[in-house]
Amino acid sequence: MKQSPAYTLYRPKWYRKRVSTWWWTEQWRSFKFILRELSSLAVIYFVALLLWLLWSLGQGPESYAEFQAWMREPFMIAFNLIAFLFVLYHTITWFNLAPKAMPVRLNGKRLPEWMIAAPNYAAWIVISAVMAWLILGGN
Amino acid sequence: MAKRSNEPLLWSLFSGGGMIAALIIPVLLFLFGLAFPLGWIEAPSYGSLLSLVRHPLARLALFVICSLPLFHGAHRFRFTLYDGLQIKHLNELIVIFCYGGAVVGTALAAYILWNLQ
Amino acid sequence: MVDKITLEVARYRPEQEAEPTFKSYEVPLHKDWVVLDALNYIKDKIDGTLSYRWSCRMGVCGSCGMMVNGDPKLTCATFLSHYAPGPIRVEPLRYFPIVRDLVVEITDFMDKLKSVKPWLVREEEKPISEGEYMQTPEQLDSYKQFSMCINCLCCYAACPVVGLDEHFIGPAAIALAQRYNKDSRDQGAEERLDVLSQHEGIWGCTFNGECTRVCPKNVDPAGAIQQYKIKAVTEWYKSLLMPWGKK
Repeated sequence: MKQSPAYTLYRPKWYRKRVSTWWWTEQWRSFKFILRELSSLAVIYFVALLLWLLWSLGQGPESYAEFQAWMREPFMIAFNLIAFLFVLYHTITWFNLAPKAMPVRLNGKRLPEWMIAAPNYAAWIVISAVMAWLILGGN
Repeated sequence: MAKRSNEPLLWSLFSGGGMIAALIIPVLLFLFGLAFPLGWIEAPSYGSLLSLVRHPLARLALFVICSLPLFHGAHRFRFTLYDGLQIKHLNELIVIFCYGGAVVGTALAAYILWNLQ
Repeated sequence: MVDKITLEVARYRPEQEAEPTFKSYEVPLHKDWVVLDALNYIKDKIDGTLSYRWSCRMGVCGSCGMMVNGDPKLTCATFLSHYAPGPIRVEPLRYFPIVRDLVVEITDFMDKLKSVKPWLVREEEKPISEGEYMQTPEQLDSYKQFSMCINCLCCYAACPVVGLDEHFIGPAAIALAQRYNKDSRDQGAEERLDVLSQHEGIWGCTFNGECTRVCPKNVDPAGAIQQYKIKAVTEWYKSLLMPWGKK
């Protein structure tokens, strides 16, 4: 059964397809992109966690112990694992995209992308090591 | 000349927050969210951790670590709402919700860090 | 005996139907044939009513951009054998209104392109007697990549923001704006900033990166856009902190 199109004989109607709300599920590539964007929620969650930790520290040793007890709950560990994976995804995609935004030219030739990404990764490792050392009581 | 948008400010906050989040959050989340609770690494004592964070420089660093990633997340989430759920017609609400939330979080961070004994 | 491969081609005849449909055609699978050859074979030998754009058939005119198996491609540069045994789905470029069959309406893009002033803007032209504008190889290098754009619109078909936000200027237009901004002979960066830094100008971009992936000429529009964001941010802070600039 044919649908009759609404048009005038000499002005064909353009077909415009509305983009589906679920466009990002149609291809794995688009889905990965939305996952990357959703890592923003993991970042926000972490800040909330950090604020909770800092507040507990301010309230005294019992509060800190209570915070630690909550962290040991299985559902918290699962949640933190998922958040950690998302944050890791953010970090890796962030550093891999950095070279695109900052083309560096040396002697007229553009530096290859890994040469811009590599210092970011190096800084990540150094900063992580320093922070871990500070937290674990080094001085 | 048409009015230029203020997106550059929001994007620069997003950018700075993203860099800090990328560099610092993984190790912190790993330690406090996984390694310490699961006993892989011994957690620092209350005293040692408190003396680390109450130092004025540490408080300043922690303020930045709390605030900028919030703006990063807010900005990214705002665009995810536009593109993922196609609710850009609720633009004003989304902007208030996202950046307002980041401002509230920032104020909370300032309050907690200021009052740390 | 030459092998055959099936092409499922999108057809849309507004005088007959309200929605696009698919029609299958069997074409010979020659080793050196591209999708455009197959379309020409269909039009010559099987179904003369098929409508599509093409011109140079060598990847420089930008006319033959279409979706091949869901990916934006130049059909003159996409080999049939890559998709063997098929079938190959050929559709018009995504996110554009479809006029007929594989032909899309691109006036919206042309307007956006014009709005970024893709030409050399000079406050004063040098008189001819003073000779040409000289440029070193390094100066050429700083914008050359962006000048390779052939306006094929594959990047627009790949960018979700283009599909979702009609005000977003889009990858090619921004890359071409950058091509002129970075040209040492150009003095129009300020004018273009007004257009691009408006709310949806470039700020709709979420650095998805699909535009760069699909670009057949390696223009890297995503890179152009991110570089431009940084430039727009520096200009914004400059105008905020040093408002006594040359306004």
